[in-house]
This record gives sequence, C-alpha cells and structure tokens, in this order.
Amino acid sequence: MLEKMNIDQLLNLVKLLGSGMGTTLQIFFLTMLFAIPFGIIIALAKNSKNKIVAGITKLYILLIRGTPLMLQIIFVYFGPYYLCQITYDRFTAIIIAFVLNYAAYFAEIFRTGINSIPKGQEEAAFTLGMKKSQIFFSIQLPQVIKRILPAMSNEVISLTKTTSLAQIIGVTEMFALAQKQASFQFSIIPLCVAGVFYLIMCGVVTLAFHQAEKKLDYYKIV
Amino acid sequence: MAILTVQKVSKYYEKKKVLDDVSFSLEKGEILVIIGASGSGKSTLLRCINQLEKIDEGNIIIQEQKMIREVKKGKPIYEKKDKLEKMNLSCGMVFQNFNLFPHLSILENITKAPMTVLKQDRKTAEQIANQLLIKMGIENKSDQYPCTLSGGQQQRVSIARALAIRPEIIFMDEPTSALDPELIGEVLKVIEELAKEKRTMVIVTHEIGLAEEIADRVIFMDQGKIIEEGTPQEVIGNPKQKRTREFLTRYQKKQLRFGDGS
Repeated sequence: MLEKMNIDQLLNLVKLLGSGMGTTLQIFFLTMLFAIPFGIIIALAKNSKNKIVAGITKLYILLIRGTPLMLQIIFVYFGPYYLCQITYDRFTAIIIAFVLNYAAYFAEIFRTGINSIPKGQEEAAFTLGMKKSQIFFSIQLPQVIKRILPAMSNEVISLTKTTSLAQIIGVTEMFALAQKQASFQFSIIPLCVAGVFYLIMCGVVTLAFHQAEKKLDYYKIV
Repeated sequence: MAILTVQKVSKYYEKKKVLDDVSFSLEKGEILVIIGASGSGKSTLLRCINQLEKIDEGNIIIQEQKMIREVKKGKPIYEKKDKLEKMNLSCGMVFQNFNLFPHLSILENITKAPMTVLKQDRKTAEQIANQLLIKMGIENKSDQYPCTLSGGQQQRVSIARALAIRPEIIFMDEPTSALDPELIGEVLKVIEELAKEKRTMVIVTHEIGLAEEIADRVIFMDQGKIIEEGTPQEVIGNPKQKRTREFLTRYQKKQLRFGDGS
C-alpha cells in the first residue's frame, strides 16, 4: 500500500486527521480544565470528617473506577433518554463522562498528595493565624503539585489516548477519521499517521511534565 | 493582671486523661519553663493553649478573653471564630520539628503570615523579617530554602517566623529536642536573647540548664498533672516532691552518661 501513496495523498491524510485533532484536543483540554478542580473537591470531600460526605465520595470513586469508561459514556448520553426522554448534545455528553471519570482518578492522586504533606506545616500556619483556605492554597497546594506530578503525568498521558473512546456515541475525533480512512483506502497508513499524532501529543505532555518537575526541583519536601 | 490563665483544664484521649485539672497563670514579661518526662502532658498543654487541641474541661484565658464561652451538658462551648482567631494571633508557637514551609524561601517563610494575616505590604514585611533574621544571626540565608539549612538554623528561622506576627506570648514546644547536640547551643543562645528582652514565654524543654538559667518560674508535670511549681531554685535546686526528685535524678544520670547537650 505504501508505494501507492504519494506525498500529496499523505499530506491530505495528515490534513484530514489534523481536522479531527481539533475535537481530540477539545476533549483533552476541557476534561483537564474541569476534572482537576472537580478532583480537588472530591479529594477534600473524601478527607472530610463528615462521614456521610466521605461515604458518598467513596462510593462515587468505587463506581467510577470499577466500571469501564465506555459504559459511563453510553450511560451519560443514553441514560437521560431512557429515563425521561431527554436528548442532548453528544459532545457535551462526552465531556461530562470524561470529567466524571478523570476527576475520580485525579481525586485519589490529589488525596494522597494532600495527605503526604506533614501535618506540622498546617499546624504552624494555623498558629500564625492563617485561615484554612489560605493554608490550603498557599502552603499545601504548591507542595501537593510537586508531589503528584509523576502520578498525574501518567493519567494525563492516558487521557490523550482515551479521547478515542468519544467515537462510541458518534463524536468524530481524530481516531474515528483514521479508522474510516483506513477502511475506505484499504490501507494501514491512516492508522499509522494517527499513531504518530498520539505520539506527538504524548511527547508534548511528557515534556511539559518534565519541565514542571524541573521547575519545582528547587526545594525538597521533608 | 495575668496575661494567660489556665483554669482547671482537663483533656482526654479516648478514656485516658492526658491533662488532669491543670491550673496556672502567667504574668506579662514572665518566663515559664515546663519540664517533665515524655508523655507527661506538657506538649498537649501548649497545643491546647494554641488551639491545636480542644480541651474537655476548664478554661483558658488570654488577655482577659475566655476561650470557652459556656459549658453545655458538661461539654465546653468554644468562643466565636473571630475571638478565637484574635486569641490565636496573640500566641506564637515554635515547634520541635520547626515545621518550616519547604517551598518558600527563608524570607518568604517569615513574611507569609504577616502579609496574608496582618495585611502588611511586602516592603514592611520584608524589612521586619530581615531585622529578625539579623537578630537570629542568619541574615545571609534569606534567599535560601529550608532544606539547605541545618537544624539549628531552621529552628532559628521558625523562631523568627513566630515573632513576625508580634505575639504577646511565645510558646516553644521542645525547641531543641530535634537538634544534633552541637546545634543546640545556637538555639539556646537565641532563646536567652529573647529572655533578656523580657518577652513573655512558655517553654517546654528537656534542657534543665535552660530552665535554671532563664526561667522565672518552673512547672514540673507528670501524668497530666502539675506536681510542683516554683522558682528554678525551688523546683530544680530543692524539689519537695518525690516524683520531681526522681525525674531530676534520672535526668542527671543521663547527662553524666551522654555528656551535657548544650
């Protein structure tokens, strides 16, 4: 197949898949944008002294991590329809499902990060008169970020590739286009090009995390 | 008028009574040193005054402000948040393990609270911080991070940090216990310096020498109770209670075996 494809065809293919990358990147960035703050809230809720709040979050994390994302996507989109005949935008459904899913994984990472910061720092900040929110945002969170970078980079790298699941409810992202082209052209090349796109995305993510780790290397957490 | 009064304070962990009917008061400018074996409740007492732990009975009064508003069904009801915050600000605390903020430079460690809590502008806060660092003898470390400092230096930074919010009373919870023996001296020197300024201080320590040197009054605690209270000459020089004598003999034996720490 390779010899049959000339440079022009390859460029066209890259362009076509590139147009699908728009959706892929949108899913990626919107998921990060919402799942990170939501994950922080879930992490704090699971740490809560209130047993009901902590219990609900525990159940939530169990449900999300215990079922496939594919099932969750289908549930989020078709659930409202089966229950009360509500239909809505497919892309929105994808973002909701991804955010719900990734927030649960992020939350566990955040929680271990928060709990790994020595309690004494919180106490010292408290005796200095700082309020809970001030302690969280200016003392704990910066250190939590440093602690969780390696674990987060794993999750974020997995997210770049998991975006391909969006096609199961018909949201056409890059990989859906690649599959279509592969069967249309009866060629493996579109899938290879898709692979290169993912590699580049993961490369950028890896580099970004590496830079962030380097930038936070100026201190040690005791 | 006492600046701090602890009234019949008791505290339980589960069923165990860790503070048992503790009462004492502190005058402005007075230096009180609390001694006693590990687990005698000294640290818990400091933590209760600094609101890091809740008390189950009694009351704590700082500058005529009560911490417990009333007692309902045998349970103490704490004052409103703003009053507690004000009380908290008049107390500075120095911890055994320094508890510096590792992601902030030495200067930022000291200026963080004055800027966020007292709303000082950066320039004022840094000026005060630099003066404090000079006083602690570590002015050349202001741009460094805690992990590059020795234990003694870290503890001096934490003293400067506590002083920066201008507390009325400074509490120190075993300030030299986490230090290598050769570093204890530099921290003791700073504490003696503060004593000369007539700062109001409550110090929990194993350094009997420090107690003898700077304390106006010494309290010996055992099993959550105050066993003996008086001047250093009385409590350390000529203890009346058997338990105090036992503790001091044990301590002196240790000193003979390991050499004087300071």
